[in-house]
Amino acid sequence: MSEEQAFAEVIDKDQRIEPRDWMPDGYRKTMIRQIAQHAHSEIIGMQPEGAWITRAPSLRRKAILLAKVQDEAGHGLYLYSAAETLGADRGDLTRRLIEGRQKYSSIFNYPTLTFADVGVIGWLVDGAAICNQVPLCRSSYGPYARAMIRICKEESFHQRQGYELLMTMMRGTEAQREMVRDAVDRWWWPSLMMFGPPDADSPNTAQSMAWKIKRHTNDELRQRFVDMTVPQAEALGVTLPDPDLRWNAEREHYDFGAIDWSELKRVISGDGPMNAERIARRRQADEDGAWVREAAAAHAAKRTEVRA
Amino acid sequence: MSFDDAYQSLTDHDDDARWAYGTGFTDPLAGVPSALPDGVDRGDLAAYCLMLGDDALILSHRLQQWVTRAPEIEDELALANIGLDLLGQARLLLTRAGEAEGAGRDEDQLAYLRDPGEFRNVRLAERADADFAELVARLLVFSTWRLALFDRLAATGDPVVAAIAAKGVKEVSYHRDYAAGWVVRLGDGTELSHARTQAAIDVVLPLSGELFVAHPVERRLAELDVAVDPAGLRAEFDDVIAQVLRVATLTAPSQPSPQQSPGRDGDHGAELTEILAEMQGLARATPGGVW
Repeated sequence: MSEEQAFAEVIDKDQRIEPRDWMPDGYRKTMIRQIAQHAHSEIIGMQPEGAWITRAPSLRRKAILLAKVQDEAGHGLYLYSAAETLGADRGDLTRRLIEGRQKYSSIFNYPTLTFADVGVIGWLVDGAAICNQVPLCRSSYGPYARAMIRICKEESFHQRQGYELLMTMMRGTEAQREMVRDAVDRWWWPSLMMFGPPDADSPNTAQSMAWKIKRHTNDELRQRFVDMTVPQAEALGVTLPDPDLRWNAEREHYDFGAIDWSELKRVISGDGPMNAERIARRRQADEDGAWVREAAAAHAAKRTEVRA
Repeated sequence: MSFDDAYQSLTDHDDDARWAYGTGFTDPLAGVPSALPDGVDRGDLAAYCLMLGDDALILSHRLQQWVTRAPEIEDELALANIGLDLLGQARLLLTRAGEAEGAGRDEDQLAYLRDPGEFRNVRLAERADADFAELVARLLVFSTWRLALFDRLAATGDPVVAAIAAKGVKEVSYHRDYAAGWVVRLGDGTELSHARTQAAIDVVLPLSGELFVAHPVERRLAELDVAVDPAGLRAEFDDVIAQVLRVATLTAPSQPSPQQSPGRDGDHGAELTEILAEMQGLARATPGGVW
């Protein structure tokens, strides 16, 4: 059996491709890009919520938020490691991120204006991420699939914590309820955009589905997210900002209004409210840390010499 | 877990009662008696818990400020972890302070509604780090001192404070190892890292004097075996620091011996005011808010 046939058989049987297996160059490149973008999203995604750690209004919320942002760093670490099993280098991927050559989730280019944003990010953004990511636990690339299982468990924990914060705030003062409503209004549409462009405009979907590195189309996942979120919004007592949102008994799904795709394009192409700041912060940390990483490498090299 | 049903994967938890408790899943003080030891002055014990709790709360804040700024992802994880440990210690100690005081103040009222003059942390905890070398130098000094303190405190007479210290020993041992590891790497690493780390040690180590000055509260409680007199920690501290500096090829600056620890009486620098403005702003701006 040729290498190509062996690869095709693994995919066909729903088994996993492992790092030392032969794989088509296109598969390897696509996987590196997908995993790197995901890793970048975790690391950049620390910023919007990280901005509230020092200002969290109770010590319990501060601990929850700090632990969550730490989890995101951990997710970034597993994912960069998974990318390294495909021959990528973490430092190189970081350079691609800060030079704008690789993307991260556009959702993190929106600002976090109040503490309610912390809850809404947990509920909607992590909720959307889970819808996207649970199917990736069955990705055909083994190290990514295994990383995703742990990541999904932690994300679902974060989603519940976010929702619980919003529930608590809705039971608080009118000013707090207003903060929640305002945050929901700002994050709802960007959350729907997290699933990417509509299927008709998603050129890579067919190949990715054939390789089983993607299991559902963007529109399928978006619908699933809407269907699971509407009852949660009702339980919370907030109105989602979409006059066209209603149950369609025939389809057995919620219908929802048209998404402003020009906004997604604008934000992806670098023109969102916070793109420049997010990358600048990441670049600054990378530059400020360069002397530390060099020192660690020099120290390790000296120790190797001593041992040799 | 279900692979395809995202909604189901969100609802497969059944541990509602536990999932948002602090940083861990178990109550670290479960089973520890909470009555005050006989003969202990409530005000003294409350003040002592505030001292140790505020040290942790304020240094945790400085570590929180490093989040997303660390030199490597592994250090993001480590610094957040240390910040969480200290925050956890602060929560337990502030809660105990509130219990000892007996006026109904909880951890949040103590953290968010006191003014700078009521904070009792050492000044070492509040200073801003100029760079990563200062971060690890300060953490080395702080955790070496706190580990020596907690080691002894774990055997003292307030059951709650002793339990907090016993739990903290494991945490602070890791903090000290992490900081010492970096001081060695940076001291030995490159010419630049050596110079920066020597400069950091030159600034930070002379600030350690206040850590060993006993406050009257500490002296009174130490006589009742409910606190540790910090003066007795000096030898162990000096020994550990000397070992680390030797391996790191760094030298210790000469250290004046201070006669007082102003932070313990609420006398702080402008940096604490800035920290509290950031930490307390939202909580104070939302009267009646529930979080």
